[in-house]
Amino acid sequence: MTATAKPAASKPAVAKQGDWTKPAAMAIPKEGFFKLEQGRYGPIFPKTPACYGFTIIAKIKPGREQAIREYGKKIEDTIAALPDGLAVLKLHYLRWVLFDIGKDTYFMYQGIFDTDFDKYTEDAVALFSKYGINTVFENLEGFPEDWKTNPAAFVKFAREHQCPSFLEYGEYPYVSADEIKKALKLKAAFSDMLDQMQ
Amino acid sequence: MLEFDDIQHILLTRTPALTGRYEFLSFGSRAGGQAWLSGILETVRSVADVRASVDQDKRWVTVAFTWNGLRALGVPEASLATFPEEFKQGMVARAEMLGDTGVNHPDHWVGDLASPGLHAIVILFARNAEEHKRCISAHRKLLAQCEGVKVLSSLDLEATPPFDYAHDHFGYRDRLSQPVMEGSGEEPTPGSGAPLKPGEFILGYPDEDGPPANLPQPEILARNGSYLAYRRLQEHVGAFRDFLRQHGQTPEEQEFIAAKLMGRWRSGAPLVLAPDQDDPALGADMQRNNDFNYKEMDPHGYAIPLGAHCRRMNPRDTAANMNRRRMIRRGATYGPPLPEEAPEDGVERGIAAFVICASLIRQFEFAQNVWINDPNFHELGNERDPIIGTQDGTFEFKIPRRPIRKKITGLPAFTTVRGGAYFFLPGLKALRYLTTVCRAEEAGLQVAESISLQPQGSAKS
Repeated sequence: MTATAKPAASKPAVAKQGDWTKPAAMAIPKEGFFKLEQGRYGPIFPKTPACYGFTIIAKIKPGREQAIREYGKKIEDTIAALPDGLAVLKLHYLRWVLFDIGKDTYFMYQGIFDTDFDKYTEDAVALFSKYGINTVFENLEGFPEDWKTNPAAFVKFAREHQCPSFLEYGEYPYVSADEIKKALKLKAAFSDMLDQMQ
Repeated sequence: MLEFDDIQHILLTRTPALTGRYEFLSFGSRAGGQAWLSGILETVRSVADVRASVDQDKRWVTVAFTWNGLRALGVPEASLATFPEEFKQGMVARAEMLGDTGVNHPDHWVGDLASPGLHAIVILFARNAEEHKRCISAHRKLLAQCEGVKVLSSLDLEATPPFDYAHDHFGYRDRLSQPVMEGSGEEPTPGSGAPLKPGEFILGYPDEDGPPANLPQPEILARNGSYLAYRRLQEHVGAFRDFLRQHGQTPEEQEFIAAKLMGRWRSGAPLVLAPDQDDPALGADMQRNNDFNYKEMDPHGYAIPLGAHCRRMNPRDTAANMNRRRMIRRGATYGPPLPEEAPEDGVERGIAAFVICASLIRQFEFAQNVWINDPNFHELGNERDPIIGTQDGTFEFKIPRRPIRKKITGLPAFTTVRGGAYFFLPGLKALRYLTTVCRAEEAGLQVAESISLQPQGSAKS
């Protein structure tokens, strides 16, 4: 072994996918990926112990902060009425944050999900349109006006505003939301079974 | 209203061809390319023509061009720039994403299909061998008159016996699930879903998302056009049969494994409707053989495994946005059939097929990248399409069953990609336009002035 530092592009030794028992962290190169692998719309970002995800940060158009905040309530109501509405996106969590830098206000859209975003881009665009999530995006500077009919332009905006993580951590690494739901269902079924046997 | 008199027939008609040939061309000059196109144009028929005369016709011709081919024909740069990025790049540049890696990589393709000099394809379907021969000879004569037009390669197609139904070299019945367009005059078979907006397949019409958008320019070039993704897939029949023998003790067990890989018995009968044994009458009955869903009828894949070919290629009610992912398939088998008891003879045989769609990236590439090759499709973890996925011996295939599923590891490759390309399939007016188009920089004219709507020379009126 030499003392030479490991090149940033080599993949670190982490818990293997499927081993949820061993919490894992992954440091990620500046580009956001270890090896350039092309998807349909551009480079694919890797699956990490915290699954797939993105962090999109964009400046909002002046005076639109209130409109965006109010939109949070609308999404809450939409999901309450249609709990499966976003199922296609295979999400774990979404976090929407507004914050100021100087006089400007920025919007951060952080999503953690189980599918590589490139694969289901058009499905996401269709959903955003269906549930009006576009209303939020249309309040962002530089968002393409023809996004509904031009998924490539939508993806370009998302990629230009994506800030890749340099570290991601998973307490139960690589586990999908479906697997978690299956485990909880199984637990409930066992619990029910034990009750029935009393 | 669909313009049946301008749409190339391949988009909407199936012809009773038993033989055929694809020729792949390169144009040495614009003049040569345009002379060839002017000459072949009279044989290229519209949907309306073929519908009227299919019973008498002996041959059916389709022509389509790569992006490089459109440039070679003189389409101006400003117009070329309006085509979608994936078409401009071509199938070779998209290889990694499509899963064309390892032995499937374009470096190993045959027939010069990976060459940037590939400009056009002419697709001949013929009723019989005699007509096949006559057409080849007629095309030879035309080519001899067109300076600089070179045949890079060709591929002869032959239906695989028995001829009473379409099937591939593995023996699976084909052409069971095809989308139908609104206004096409066709009725979808039960279970095939409602007719789709024509813009899903033909440029210039509303699609499932609304009015047409982002079409190539000028309009005359795009209107009634479509895209063809060509795939030449070698079928390793010997390896396939060995696999069945390895995993099935009796012929019945072997048929069962074959059915699980596909999701249908080789007769075409879907496992959802015939889970335990084949039902050839069902397989042959177009009113019944596609009439099933997954969400209610087979949610866990006990009938059709979650990773089976037909479930991946058309997840029906278990995928979002299905109407934006449908594709029209055309094509034929090539190579001699391998007799039932014969060992692998090393002769190439397979299917040479076209996926026809309005958006290569949203339809063909999505299917290839996600449905076929995503190891985690339906949360399967480590599978790819067992028939046409990129298999290197590291993937598995799971057959759900009670009490414990069967898992086959180290699935071999039953197919290899031997070539492919993206083509633009223009309407007939667009073909005439292409016989006269010239670059503004060459002719000193504005692009618009080079557009001619008039049929040229001997074009069929």
